[in-house]
Amino acid sequence: MNLLNEILQTILSGISVGCIYGLIALGFVMIFKATEVINFAQGELMMVGAFIAFSLISFFHLSYWTTLLLTTLIMALFGMIIERVVLRPLVGQPIFSLVMVTIGMMIFFKSVVSMIPFWGTDTYGFGTPFTEKLVRYNEIIVSWEHLSIIILTLLLILALFIFFRFTKMGVAMRATSQNQLAAVYMGISVNRVFSLTWVISAILGGFAGILLSPITFVHMNMGLIGLKAMPAAILGGFYSIPGAVVGGLIIGVTESLAGAYLPIGWKDVAAWIILILVLVIRPYGLFGTELKKKV
Amino acid sequence: MPLLKIRNIETYYGPIMAIKGVSLDVEEGSIVTILGANGAGKTTILKTISGVMDPEKGSIEFLGQSIEGLAPDKIVRMGISHVPEGREVFEELTVKENLIMGAYLRNDRAEIRQDLKTMYNYFPVLGERTAQQAGSLSGGEQQMLAIGRALMSRPKLLLLDEPSLGLSPILMQEIFQIIKRINSEQKTSMLIVEQNALMALTLAQHGYVLELGRIVLEDSCKELMENEDIKEFYLGVKEESIRGTKRWKRKKKWR
Ligand SMILES: Nc1ncnc2c1ncn2[C@@H]1O[C@H](COP(=O)(O)OP(=O)(O)O)[C@@H](O)[C@H]1O
Ligand SMILES: [Mg+2]
Repeated sequence: MNLLNEILQTILSGISVGCIYGLIALGFVMIFKATEVINFAQGELMMVGAFIAFSLISFFHLSYWTTLLLTTLIMALFGMIIERVVLRPLVGQPIFSLVMVTIGMMIFFKSVVSMIPFWGTDTYGFGTPFTEKLVRYNEIIVSWEHLSIIILTLLLILALFIFFRFTKMGVAMRATSQNQLAAVYMGISVNRVFSLTWVISAILGGFAGILLSPITFVHMNMGLIGLKAMPAAILGGFYSIPGAVVGGLIIGVTESLAGAYLPIGWKDVAAWIILILVLVIRPYGLFGTELKKKV
Repeated sequence: MPLLKIRNIETYYGPIMAIKGVSLDVEEGSIVTILGANGAGKTTILKTISGVMDPEKGSIEFLGQSIEGLAPDKIVRMGISHVPEGREVFEELTVKENLIMGAYLRNDRAEIRQDLKTMYNYFPVLGERTAQQAGSLSGGEQQMLAIGRALMSRPKLLLLDEPSLGLSPILMQEIFQIIKRINSEQKTSMLIVEQNALMALTLAQHGYVLELGRIVLEDSCKELMENEDIKEFYLGVKEESIRGTKRWKRKKKWR
């Protein structure tokens, strides 16, 4: 029973970290589907979100839930500004230049955060309503910390699903990513779609930051986790929203199991080994198909 | 006053002048066709009307208002809808979602639902496949979807770019029949671009012949069908006297 419980704990913490990889991977996929740009600053969006949440809780003494809501709003605004100020003026430039710009943003966000008073290069943390709480079911013990991450991620994904399936704007965003010219013929404003894409990606980043902070702390380099979400996105095919989430979960669980039961070091390469294995068998990822995008 | 009035437009691809001073009219309620070989500039004219491309010179008036250079969504809002060449349906959206996208700029939910029914009535195949992905439809069904999608914006003028392209003769007939029916029932004016001249001339009332970016001939379709050059070069009717090598030497009169 003890061993079973231990394995269960390991898997559960893998799933919860996997959820966060999934959220970041989803951010990659969203922007890639719409603009064919890989946003290297996605991890840094998460970092900024974490710092905002940390400030709201520690300096303004807001509740966790208020913080969650406010951070989402601030990140939405942040995403909108990034699109308007940085990316829109570059429309029509080669994709490569845009990718370089996202790398620039990644560095820029980090430097700015390191210069802000009370943020800087130190490590911070904040408590949540779930800290140190346990759920007991017979002999199985699960921490609320992990469970809350999973539940909140599921809720966010459900909201996204409803948005993309049932709202006119959501369907228009899917339409635009499939056939931009036809979308223009329908009178869909491509600028508005791109703007909203960045808004959603920034929200995803912020959410990931809030969920991750209690388990890894808030630090200017926490965006590096984006590098681990990258294989998650590739695993899912880079075009698929469910793919990104499943990719994140696979990598999270593998990593967690490797960390617990394999020699030190395996944990960090586990994601890449899985990725290579999957790509050998399915070159377009688990959920991917051959590219057939019309621009 | 014509519904659409184009005067001397010039449209460029970079330095290349694709449309070299074209003028044409579409009267309210009528069907007008532009005939022309591949590369003549037919698609470019339609794109210039719907605002996807801007003319360098000239004017386009719709309902008496000047629309050249307006953004595409403004033009859709004014009542011009475009069925693009090659259908361009949203392949991974369902049939219904595609139609809903056609009504993207409208907010009258109840009426949109009513119009969906109207489309399923015009195109019963679509009604049977509302939940199917558009990419899995046949070419003819996709063409119907593209037309239905364009009609969902309730246009006063429908631009159709080679609706018969790649379809079997029977399907072509069917599509043209529906176009005619929509024209008479909804009073939608139409500007149809075609390589299939016989079909287009049978359907339309007025026709323009486009060559290398210029209108070289304009007349009622009845007259055009009697025109010797049209017969030879667009309808493929060969006459005894002009065969073999001699045929190549003959010059079109309009040049
Ligand atoms: N994207 C483009 N870039 C450069 N030239 C183009 C482009 N599209 C079309 N053209 C040129 O413009 C002319 C008219 O093209 P088009 O309007 O597509 O003709 P049509 O629809 O009658 O076949 C052709 O000579 C074609 O080569
Ligand atoms: Mg064409």
